[in-house]
Amino acid sequence: MKVLIGFIKDAVISVTSGSLKYHIWMAFLTFLMLCGAYAYSIQIKNGLIVTGMSDGVSWGLYISNFTFLVGVAAAAVMLVLPTYILKDIDFSRAVLIGEGMAVAALVMCLAFVTVDLGGPARIWHLIPGIGLFNFPNSMLSWDVIVLNGYLFINLTIPLYILLWHYQGKEPKKAVYLPGVFISVFWAVAIHMVTAFLYAGLVSRPFWNSSLLGPRFLASAFAAGPALMILVLGVIRRNTDYWVEDITLNKIALVTTVAAQINMVMLISELFKEFYFPTHHSLSAIYLYFGLDGYDGLTRWIWPAVIMNLIATIMLTLHPLRKNPFFLKLACLILFVAIWIEKGMGLIIPGFIPGPWGKIIEYTPTWIEIVVTAGVWALGLFVFTLLVKIAIPIELGQLRFHQTATNQP
Amino acid sequence: MNAKNPSHSMESCNENCANTADLSISTLIEGMLAENILSTPEKTERDLEVLMERNQEGDGWNEPTDQVIPSGYQQMVQQPVNRRTAVKIVAAGLLAGAGLFQTACSPFASAEAREKAQLNWEEYFKGNFRLMSDDEKEATVARLERLYELNTGKHLNISAANALPGVLYGYAFNISKCRGYMDCVRACINENNQDRKSGMQYITIHEHKKGQINFEHAEDDFYHEVPQEGHFYIGTQCFHCENPPCVNVCPVKATWKEPDGIVVVDYDWCIGCRYCEAACPYDARRFNWADPVIPEEEVNRNQHYLGNRLRKKGVMEKCTFCIQRTRTGKNPACVEACPTGARIFGNLLDPNSEIRHVLRTKKVFRLKEDLGTEPKFWYFMD
Repeated sequence: MKVLIGFIKDAVISVTSGSLKYHIWMAFLTFLMLCGAYAYSIQIKNGLIVTGMSDGVSWGLYISNFTFLVGVAAAAVMLVLPTYILKDIDFSRAVLIGEGMAVAALVMCLAFVTVDLGGPARIWHLIPGIGLFNFPNSMLSWDVIVLNGYLFINLTIPLYILLWHYQGKEPKKAVYLPGVFISVFWAVAIHMVTAFLYAGLVSRPFWNSSLLGPRFLASAFAAGPALMILVLGVIRRNTDYWVEDITLNKIALVTTVAAQINMVMLISELFKEFYFPTHHSLSAIYLYFGLDGYDGLTRWIWPAVIMNLIATIMLTLHPLRKNPFFLKLACLILFVAIWIEKGMGLIIPGFIPGPWGKIIEYTPTWIEIVVTAGVWALGLFVFTLLVKIAIPIELGQLRFHQTATNQP
Repeated sequence: MNAKNPSHSMESCNENCANTADLSISTLIEGMLAENILSTPEKTERDLEVLMERNQEGDGWNEPTDQVIPSGYQQMVQQPVNRRTAVKIVAAGLLAGAGLFQTACSPFASAEAREKAQLNWEEYFKGNFRLMSDDEKEATVARLERLYELNTGKHLNISAANALPGVLYGYAFNISKCRGYMDCVRACINENNQDRKSGMQYITIHEHKKGQINFEHAEDDFYHEVPQEGHFYIGTQCFHCENPPCVNVCPVKATWKEPDGIVVVDYDWCIGCRYCEAACPYDARRFNWADPVIPEEEVNRNQHYLGNRLRKKGVMEKCTFCIQRTRTGKNPACVEACPTGARIFGNLLDPNSEIRHVLRTKKVFRLKEDLGTEPKFWYFMD
């Protein structure tokens, strides 16, 4: 108990002290969050009418971002798996960062789902016991369970490890290893369940495909580690926390293979939709080429496809992947490409054309964009806090003292 | 005559009503029948038998509620007595606490304002309608009526009537008779207190070119005289599927199928996630993107808790076969308003009903039957 209080005190001190750069960064995120909160207050007051959504396209930017971030959260497993189970020592320094990333991504997921609700005040109806939970029929109820469960796992394992390191002790494998095993399966589950959320809808042929789940996994295991490489790059530059090049190279390899599989699946999807287009291919036709003069999504999907292709080629070529600059560039391109593909390129076209063939297009409003930016800022804020606590402990700068808890 | 003009004459249609379907269409349908695409009356009878059996078996949720049912909270929790009691005590404590808090914080507030706050608080913490006992249903209805009175000074008549025993509602739409007058749409909006500002409609009338039934090529927003030469009209709305995808996906069981087959929404339980709207293959669900606006004098005051009572922003709504009318033995507003007699409604379990006559004698079909949703909404031609 004393340890925990000391830990919290030290953690608060650690996150509130830092370089000027750190303070500017946090102030910037806070500013974005406040902007998001203001935009959200307008949405609460007037209803979801202030968004670009309608009865035609009833999910938009929020659910798009939610879907993408589930993938980012799931990808933390790519780092957990080798570290704890394959005893691949290279990854141990990166893995805490990966789990922090998962926590931040999950916080964003839950925030995106909440801001998308028409009646956020009635969210308690979802709590089993006092509410009424449609389990196991509704895939959304599965999603609530797996996301919160995954959040719990990814909070407790790093907390245990950090608390023990904080006391200068070595964490017991028997305690955290079972949790790690569960989290490996759980990570696959969160992405599959989220894919099933869409794949289970017979009303939307664009989503009602058995490839949706596997493709979600492939793109997640490309986008997640790609973000990881970028984040580790920033951490290496700004702190003493040094992650070896060999670790980065291994993560890059994971990203590369996942990106290649994702491309194969994309080709498979395109073949099915366009070799002999049917009534069920209309959404894909709308997405890639426009339909009946409506082509609101073509300007999103083509850059995404091209960026995906470029990034995959860059990663596949060894000289480029081994070069830190090109690696980071490829990861950035890949990350953005998959963000578009999983967002504007997957959720929106599912609704177009509507069940009776009517085309209603969707463009996010400034309120949606600002709220989205606010939620991203929240995620980055949470991530920065977690890293700011974890790094001094891992570096041995922050240790528990019985008398004085005030350590730099 | 204009589609959007309500003041058309009955006579003009009466001349045309007797017309049978256009020859090209009937040939087309005959062809489809030969290819076994459409249902035959025999097949429909078989389907009906299955439906009826299913209805009699019940699935637990849909059992008629004549036995004594514990309170909503208790049913929800389904836990040993001590926990039930605990939940009840907590709920009661919250209510009492809220009342005290309100009184303590607003010594100068009027009795009315305090009553309003208390009622709002109790409404916020009430359970799902399906799990309420009849007493609890009456209590929430009384609260809603009182709140409306406090807010507007006008009286509402909200019913919480349960499904009638031995009733399963079904609907048939005569494609040869519909001429696109849209009287059904207007009657529906007035009856069901739909948002006038967004122009929400439960019914869509699709104008098809003769020679094909392809909804992608149909015109859904027509602003010209009807019937248009060379066109025919098909109306769609909620089909009240026996196997509704929307009910499956709701994470909080805010939407369900009543024992009389009507798919309803508890507007006070819905959290507004819109998963049901994505799951519906028939574009039957409507979301309140903003607070609905209905001029006070146009509000239909004869309401049902699961039907046309006033909605708020952020909740889903849909056609309820005018539950407030049909449970008192009346026809839905659209059926009553249709000047051509294209709409037929009735009890599928009554062998002598008009709907059963149609299913027996006409070649009927349903839309997107391949999805297995089992709509209780059939189409036919004379």
